[in-house]
Amino acid sequence: MTNTMTTRRKSNLTRGQLPKYTPWVVVAAAVVLAAAIMTLVGFSAFGWGVLAAILFTVGLTGISAAVEGARQAKDKLATCLVFGSFLIALLPLISVIWTVLVNGIPGLTFDFLFYSMNGVTGQFDDAAAAGEAPVVGGVYHAIVGTLLMTLWATLISVPVGLLAAVYLVEYSEGGRLAKAITFFVDVMTGIPSIVAGLFAVAFFAVVFGPGTKTGIVAAVALSVLMIPVVVRSTEEMLRIVPNELREASYALGVRKWRTITKVVIPTAISGIASGVTLAIARVVGETAPILVTAGFATSINFNVFSGWMASLPTFIYTQIITPTSPSNPDPSAQRAWAAALLLIILVMLLNLAARLIARFFAPKTGR
Amino acid sequence: MSKRIDVQDLNVFYGDFKAVEDVTIRVEARSVTAFIGPSGCGKSTFLRTLNRMHEVIPGARVEGQVLLDGDDLYGAGVDPVTVRSQIGMVFQRPNPFPTMSIRDNVLAGVKLNNKRISRAESDALVERSLRGANLWKEVKDRLDKPGSGLSGGQQQRLCIARAIAVEPEVILMDEPCSALDPISTLAVEDLIDELKDNYTVVIVTHNMQQAARVSEKTAFFNIAGTGDPGRLIEYSDTTEIFNNPREKSTEDYVSGRFG
Amino acid sequence: MSKQTSRAGDRIFSTTALMAGVLILVVLFSVAVFLLIQALPAFFADPSEITGGEGFWSYIWPIIVGTVIAAAIALILATPVALGVALFISHYAPRRLSQGLGYVIDLLAAIPSVIYGVWGITFLAVQLEPMYEWLAEYAGWIPIFAGPASATGKTMLTAGIVLAVMILPIITSISREIFLQTPKLHEEAALALGATRWEMIRMTVIPFGRPGVISAVMLGLGRALGETMAVALVLSTGPLILSLIQTGNSTIAAEIALNYPEAYGLRLAELIAAGLLLFIITLAVNMVARWVITRNKDFSGANA
Repeated sequence: MTNTMTTRRKSNLTRGQLPKYTPWVVVAAAVVLAAAIMTLVGFSAFGWGVLAAILFTVGLTGISAAVEGARQAKDKLATCLVFGSFLIALLPLISVIWTVLVNGIPGLTFDFLFYSMNGVTGQFDDAAAAGEAPVVGGVYHAIVGTLLMTLWATLISVPVGLLAAVYLVEYSEGGRLAKAITFFVDVMTGIPSIVAGLFAVAFFAVVFGPGTKTGIVAAVALSVLMIPVVVRSTEEMLRIVPNELREASYALGVRKWRTITKVVIPTAISGIASGVTLAIARVVGETAPILVTAGFATSINFNVFSGWMASLPTFIYTQIITPTSPSNPDPSAQRAWAAALLLIILVMLLNLAARLIARFFAPKTGR
Repeated sequence: MSKRIDVQDLNVFYGDFKAVEDVTIRVEARSVTAFIGPSGCGKSTFLRTLNRMHEVIPGARVEGQVLLDGDDLYGAGVDPVTVRSQIGMVFQRPNPFPTMSIRDNVLAGVKLNNKRISRAESDALVERSLRGANLWKEVKDRLDKPGSGLSGGQQQRLCIARAIAVEPEVILMDEPCSALDPISTLAVEDLIDELKDNYTVVIVTHNMQQAARVSEKTAFFNIAGTGDPGRLIEYSDTTEIFNNPREKSTEDYVSGRFG
Repeated sequence: MSKQTSRAGDRIFSTTALMAGVLILVVLFSVAVFLLIQALPAFFADPSEITGGEGFWSYIWPIIVGTVIAAAIALILATPVALGVALFISHYAPRRLSQGLGYVIDLLAAIPSVIYGVWGITFLAVQLEPMYEWLAEYAGWIPIFAGPASATGKTMLTAGIVLAVMILPIITSISREIFLQTPKLHEEAALALGATRWEMIRMTVIPFGRPGVISAVMLGLGRALGETMAVALVLSTGPLILSLIQTGNSTIAAEIALNYPEAYGLRLAELIAAGLLLFIITLAVNMVARWVITRNKDFSGANA
């Protein structure tokens, strides 16, 4: 009875509202109109998309303002803008990954991974550009350098960062020193990477004499960037370890430091490991600090304590900014893109690893 | 103003779980209707479906009809915003906007609809709403202070003032006194009694004495067991429910034998 | 006996932990000290020996301005988009998708800056070049778009756009976290008053999140000021000019990276002095950002 009644007369609740299919109609109209305008001024797919989006936003807001009133129109406008900004944010991500993939895949060969740039001169590149020889040279030395410098940076930062976090969570009791450390750790996360590099340079120059450029200087620079990340993530992980666990351990007569090393840290270890992995992922792509601390090498160097060292990011940078053959930069560009692809893969794997560690090795507490 | 609500065969789901089953109920205009029942029987969930606030909860959906003077709240093309501006809600815990003054809190809903409201008009509205919520005397000297500075009971009455300032047809109250002390509770109950002259009030309460004190009609909800949907067991005049219930489980509940 | 050693263990362990904490403060302090030591010659050298021949401050001044311009472009472009994305993830996207979308935006932050630089120089600059010519022709009367446009697209505006992409995920991820923390009670209160989604956001999410958003933007600013590689690669540097679409301008970080490999002696001191200034500027920005966060912790309304 009531059913037929509602269908017969128009509901008071839907008065002055646009039907549900309105956005679709406006989309179609915007796409067609944009295509028409683009054919007039010269067609490009990107411009078409942008124009259609703008027309859609204006059209939907306008229609809504006319039919539903200003409030609904504002809501629709906000929705369009919010969705639009997400699409805008996706553009560079897709573009960067696409460019790196397209340009990087041709150069990413077996030889590229296992040869260095030692002895590769402009003549080889000129020959390659003329089509007489394949592009030679590779990133083996840079991979070695990246791995070693990152390893040393990790060896320095993890103990310091971990212990500092332990101090903050387990010992400090919120004193002024702890507040200062927390504050400056936060501030340190914002140090420009090149300043960290200059600091390492200045430090080694004062202690060991000027002009010291070795892998370990770079490792120190990277540590300055890494420590705050390690402290923050470890601190967060230690704080979510339930106090009951600590109290249970104390009640068994276990000393505090044994409680921390045997109960608290193992409980939080997956989160800590995940945080460290993310910190590594962050510094592995750093260019500027390595540029000023480790110089730039073209040959393989396994010793971080002497001699210049290459890394993947500095390899990319130098190949682009000073091509091996200034007259034929294409082979250098190909190497740079291949190295960029390698670096992105490395960073993505580290990020993935961090998420997997956090998910699969999480302690089964709570919940 | 004030409208009647007719609910027809309403089912509420959380994902695949059926939370409330087959509720058919008529709530009369200008009356106070209480929903009582044990915890988890779906009365709060059901209340939220009366102004589509359940849609805020992820995965919640309804089947059936809720008619506000014959208009289906769930009809095609009905905007929940329109529904909510006609059916206001007061929540379990008082929730004044922390960044707004008392005055701005009262006007929050009104400002959404009327962009230009003169100072004199808004002053009058603030006073009328706060008087309506029995709060005017306590706060008239500090209207520009933040609403979060009030006591819990005052905050809850501020929220009621905020709800009535938009002049809704219906006011839903979800255990409005559960976070309040007895004196504040009394103040809110007195207020509910006055509100029914102008509004349709639906109140969910855990407190049976409260239901008996404030409501004219009472609906008793119950669940058969954990995992089963909540059902409307009995709906009748409050005096009937408390003195002469038809169902055994209603009698057990109101006499305090379970729940 | 074993009791004795483990009591010593307690003391050793707690002292080591304390030392690690103190070491961090020492490091930050020594960053300033060592940079200062190495930079001193540049401050006290004969003005004619400094690059440009007019002393350190007239050498560094245009570069500082350039740094600020680049960061300002990045902020102006990134902030609205970043907030839109944060709102999209917190309040618009279907709940099931929102976490995954968060990861996608975090990927933007994971890409190393040098790759952004290479992308900017080889792809973006080329794409933007026609637009710059168009701007120079039709909007050239606005000083920042004065022609002739750079033929390579390697301009301040390109660098600013690349920086914007790089700081977007920083602003987004912090804002998103804060928007998600908006008390449900307040959101429901707004909705129950008949607010539309946007009105609900205006009434509850934005006032609640404002201090957090401000500091997120400040942190983004800090990153934009100090970002090196993207600018060093994308911008073809030159003297300070107002136009954003001509070759010219430089930033501190790019100046250091581009000139460091060949620098020695006084030139090195100049660059380290520039680094020291950059350190001080970013430190100040970050400290203000953190201060805004901590100051507003008590007034956030989260406890209401």
